[in-house]
Amino acid sequence: MNYEAVIGLEVHIQIKTHSKVFTRVAAGYGQPANTLTDPVVLALPGTLPVMNKAALDAIIKAGLLLGCEIAPVCKWDRKNYFYPDSPKNYQISQYDQPICLGGSVEIELPGPARNVMGEHKRIPLTRIHLEEDVGKLNHFATESLVDYNRAGTPLMEIVSDPAMHSADEAFAYLTSLRATMIYGGISDCDMEKGQLRCDANISIRPVGETKLGTKVELKNLNSISFVRDGIAHEIKRQIAVLERGGTLVQETRDYDGQTGASQSLRSKEMAHDYRYFPDPDLMPVKVDEAWQERLRAECPELPFPKQRRFAESYQLPYTLTSVLVWDRTLADFFESTVKLVGPAKAQAVGNWITNDLLRELGAAHLEIAASKVSPAHIAALIGLFDAGSVLTNAAKEIFIEMFATGDLPGAIADRRGLRAAPTDAGELEQWCRDAIAANAKAVAEFKAGKDSAINAFKGPVMKAAKGKADPKRVDAALRQLLATM
Amino acid sequence: MTMSSAPDLNIDHVAKLARLALTAEEKARFSQQLGDVLHHIEQLGKVDVTGVEPTAHAFPITNVWADDIARPGLTVETALRNAPAQRDNMIVVPKVVE
Repeated sequence: MNYEAVIGLEVHIQIKTHSKVFTRVAAGYGQPANTLTDPVVLALPGTLPVMNKAALDAIIKAGLLLGCEIAPVCKWDRKNYFYPDSPKNYQISQYDQPICLGGSVEIELPGPARNVMGEHKRIPLTRIHLEEDVGKLNHFATESLVDYNRAGTPLMEIVSDPAMHSADEAFAYLTSLRATMIYGGISDCDMEKGQLRCDANISIRPVGETKLGTKVELKNLNSISFVRDGIAHEIKRQIAVLERGGTLVQETRDYDGQTGASQSLRSKEMAHDYRYFPDPDLMPVKVDEAWQERLRAECPELPFPKQRRFAESYQLPYTLTSVLVWDRTLADFFESTVKLVGPAKAQAVGNWITNDLLRELGAAHLEIAASKVSPAHIAALIGLFDAGSVLTNAAKEIFIEMFATGDLPGAIADRRGLRAAPTDAGELEQWCRDAIAANAKAVAEFKAGKDSAINAFKGPVMKAAKGKADPKRVDAALRQLLATM
Repeated sequence: MTMSSAPDLNIDHVAKLARLALTAEEKARFSQQLGDVLHHIEQLGKVDVTGVEPTAHAFPITNVWADDIARPGLTVETALRNAPAQRDNMIVVPKVVE
């Protein structure tokens, strides 16, 4: 039988704020244990939560970027459970009135080849809500140690519809969602730091069936590649269970990215009964049009729309746009350079950035923001090249030195003797005349119709130019002179 | 006011959620008391609320917040002062794996 997988993802993303979501002690990663706490974080008696305005702005912006409807009114609820990661014995979350509803994430599936664009589609979202992160438990043989630094960090939960059907779609979804959040300045989405975490709900059903199968929740998928591998593994496991006549049970499984295997976690002792109720300590939030408009004005162009615009406005191939648009700084760098040299030179700019600049940045382990090469450097180099002042190999050398020193290409060309020769057309013509005069045999052969005889003159010309003449210009100059003989 | 316990009150479930081990005598007593509370609350169901918008709060106050300016919190010593056990500046709890 043929099976179809149905996948929904719950993605938790920490919002990048200075302070926590319901109190003003600093939020952050990598600090010594329990140094980011205050009486609210520790739920000491008498403390009250106060909403962080920046966290609200960020989640509304996230909703706008993903085309969500922003709820005109929303509220916060207490999700009650006992667990040492949550000192209040409840987590403040949003139950039945989330701040963002609907929306979608545009994804690109793998194309037939790396340099060919794949199919695009939109994965619909159910909701996005704002809650607080919980503390971190470190498990040892007989006890667990609790660090509350993470507790109270603003956290968005982004819930997709069960609308994905393969591990590749889930991978593409996370890639796009992550880029969107980074573009919007909402989160750095560093999975190693727990800033983006993903749980997957996976079920299978016979193709053509509309009812959902028994779902399994996959947890602890701590890299985007592990999400893809874990989902692929789970789909195979479920099909194997059904094929040998077994039945699937609703459970939570833990995927180990290192071993590529999953195991059932003990199910919680009873069905969840979180007894949600409105948090009386937090007032509802009303979001009006004006507030939305203010944030909409701050929303950047997202990678996919940017990619379409780059392809259209600059006639860039997919191989360039697919590299340029995923990093906002890189895309901005590209456009700043194009502004200096004109759109007709966009492809040259794209080539310099994606081949040379990224190569050097990668080798030096630098971010583009730390690059000594600015758009002005690349524009100047393209100018020199187009004027014939430097040839390809010299330009490549200049680029490397430019990257290392931050000097402008003209200065490097002069200092290193990398300018093309000759610097004026008269000199080239003289070299060509000398070469022709010295080889009457080749002249005769050429005149008799043997085109390759022209190569006999090129050696002496290049020698006179110390190898720095443009072969194309040399060829043209020789032909012009020979034609007049 | 004496009434029988509310029909939808499962005292075992409530006790389990609250991590309370109750004796049979306590279960009976608390069922009675909580039942009374629920019956009392049920009276609200008799109020005609036609045309009243549902609300989570009694006061029509919205958009209460503070700017995102971080300020110092507790030192780790102060933060852990109430912890029954600590190690490596963390609170020690019985091993819990969800």
